Amino acid sequence: MRFFLPGVHVPHRKTTADMPPVRMPAPSEVVIPMSMHIGKPAIPVVSVGDQVFVGTLIANKDGFISSPIYSSVSGKVKAISEVTLPSGAKTLAVKIESDGEMTVDPAIKPPVVTTKEELVAAIAESGTVGLGGAGFPTYVKFSIPEGKSADTLIINGAECEPYITSDTRTMIDKSDDMLRGISIICDLMDIKRVIIGIECNKKAAIEKMRELAAKRPEIEVSVLPAVYPQGGEKVLIYHTTGRVVPAGKLPIDVGCIVSNCTTVAAIGNYVNTGIPLVSKCVTVAGGAMREPKNVIVPIGTRISEVFEFAGGFSEQPYGIILGGPMMGYTVDNTDVSVVKGTNALLALTEKEMKPKKETACIHCGACANHCPFGLNPAAFMKAYRLGNVDELARLRVDICMECGCCSFICPAAKPLVETNKLSKAKLRAHLEEKKKIAEASAEAKK
Amino acid sequence: MSEKLHIGVSPHISSPRTTQGIMLDVVIALMPALIAGTVIFGLRALLVVLASVISTTLSEYVFCLITKREDTVTDLSSVVTGVLLGLNLPATAPIWQVMLGGVFAIIVVKCLFGGLGQNFANPAITARVFLLVSFSGSLAGGAIPRLSRAPDLVAGATPLSILKDGGALPSIGDMLLGLRGGAIGETCIIALLLGFAYLVFRKVIYPEVPLVCLGTVFVLSLIFDNSFSIALYHLLSGGLMIGAIFMITDYSSSPVSRVGKMVFAFGCGAMTYIIRRLGAYPEGVSFAILLMNVLSPYIDKWTAKRPFGGGKV
Repeated sequence: MRFFLPGVHVPHRKTTADMPPVRMPAPSEVVIPMSMHIGKPAIPVVSVGDQVFVGTLIANKDGFISSPIYSSVSGKVKAISEVTLPSGAKTLAVKIESDGEMTVDPAIKPPVVTTKEELVAAIAESGTVGLGGAGFPTYVKFSIPEGKSADTLIINGAECEPYITSDTRTMIDKSDDMLRGISIICDLMDIKRVIIGIECNKKAAIEKMRELAAKRPEIEVSVLPAVYPQGGEKVLIYHTTGRVVPAGKLPIDVGCIVSNCTTVAAIGNYVNTGIPLVSKCVTVAGGAMREPKNVIVPIGTRISEVFEFAGGFSEQPYGIILGGPMMGYTVDNTDVSVVKGTNALLALTEKEMKPKKETACIHCGACANHCPFGLNPAAFMKAYRLGNVDELARLRVDICMECGCCSFICPAAKPLVETNKLSKAKLRAHLEEKKKIAEASAEAKK
Repeated sequence: MSEKLHIGVSPHISSPRTTQGIMLDVVIALMPALIAGTVIFGLRALLVVLASVISTTLSEYVFCLITKREDTVTDLSSVVTGVLLGLNLPATAPIWQVMLGGVFAIIVVKCLFGGLGQNFANPAITARVFLLVSFSGSLAGGAIPRLSRAPDLVAGATPLSILKDGGALPSIGDMLLGLRGGAIGETCIIALLLGFAYLVFRKVIYPEVPLVCLGTVFVLSLIFDNSFSIALYHLLSGGLMIGAIFMITDYSSSPVSRVGKMVFAFGCGAMTYIIRRLGAYPEGVSFAILLMNVLSPYIDKWTAKRPFGGGKV
């Protein structure tokens, strides 16, 4: 018996779990940012005035950690200009005026995949990135470096963030695509064990996944407690296999590849149809939504149009969040695009977001006792305020995954995650500085 | 968008727990003991607790006013200190001494060290010890219960002093009901256990903390006194129960991690027994807790968790 890592009990509020996604009509235009993944932004290959179809390549990947981008509508390229992402970063974006037809590119055909190399290339070409929200190019995970090997594929179906049900719907509605994806990965990558990790509160999805497990001997379903952050990569690996990913290392270092269930379904769909990642199932929910629902949205659609499709707001939202309430980003306007990693659009009321007043730390230890990684956020805060970088390093602030448990549970409403982010940046800058000084002094000695 | 949208760093939702809510829970958990104390020792007991609360709250208010800090009275922590201090004094305590204790607890022990969460020692316990040492004549020992069924009860004698000096002990039933000499809130075990259950239910404290402390005293007494009934009297008498439930679980003066809290609780239990058995005072809980408060930062250091996937801290 393994001990489960700590976490917090978040309110689930998954009101859309029983709602199969509905496809929204073609938006009037889409604005597709070139940076929808971790790594280098893609490089546009279309110019203003070009005719594009659904699935037409509009940007090439740039370097190893990057991903290509395809048009999500049929129509004409109207502009290529800079936009600001919800994270605050600036990037180029391709604006495409839709002709409303959603015509699929006639050149599209299923890829030929018979070897491991072809599979990795196909995953790269499909434009798939980590669809749990992180946006790490999926093919990179499957490009196993020399000297390392993977024996286990972990499918992340935990979906531990409140409100979001898009992964749940993938598991229920797209289990065929998931099976296709899993099968081809198992066959070509020589993977012996596939574990689908799901939180216990998703009964229908668990049933569906057990059906998959009956079809292939490699697959097993691991039902996990509904404790946030069950879907955190290192948390999920530990809970399903007992393996501990060392700080600064990747899942592959312990023989695991972790992939979100929607990502695997996207791979299965691409191998089957040749249609790359051009749309996304998005949970539109929150107390300020008139008709919460799951919507299949062309990538690049403005969130204002998605909200409108879901019946609009029943009251002025207090805040709008892209992604889940624990790790998502708030936006100050609705003129923002749905990107590859968007799994939810939330319009929350003041009551739901419940901003507490910050008071003095009472030393209750809740942040430390609920941290999945056994860190002490209150101590980070103290060290950060004193500017003590060595203490931050000793306390291992670098391990923090910014899951939000500490801030969530803190009775004094301390901005712990914010401080963790700042502390991590400070520590990184300090280490780089130190490295530079060491290099310079080595240079001088020569 | 006509109106402005709220912007912030994740997470964008938070638990309903607040400092004020936690403090209110502690006050609620102390109510059975206060009611029992008032029934057992009379209205004078209620007066003592009220005087203590007024003194602590007023001290906090005045301190914030003088130092031009934000008024922190509403977080209710000074009310908790006030109720706890009052319950830890005998019903016969002179009111001016009670109020002096309240001022000492808040101003000297808490505010001068930086206020809520910064004090290294438990304010109520420290104030109790301060009063005990300063006014041992009027405050040592306990008041005689109004409802006593034992006619031969020695005035001012507590079961612990009887254990030490000899005499007739109250029955176990009377011990559970609180019909014995002692401080207002410490005698009625049933009322304290009600408070314990409430705090655990509301997740304000970890149940293992009081249990480890109580268990330590019980087991040590079993070993060294070699008597089940004496061990039971140790468990039920003095301030052990109120200390184990309400004092050693104080956040600010105890370690952070669950393991650390258990080590702390064990230390409190062991010190209590040692002082009770070998010390000059019949009662040892307050001193034990105060001593462990000082050790708390070190326990924190020794019991720091190993970061997941990281090396040693």
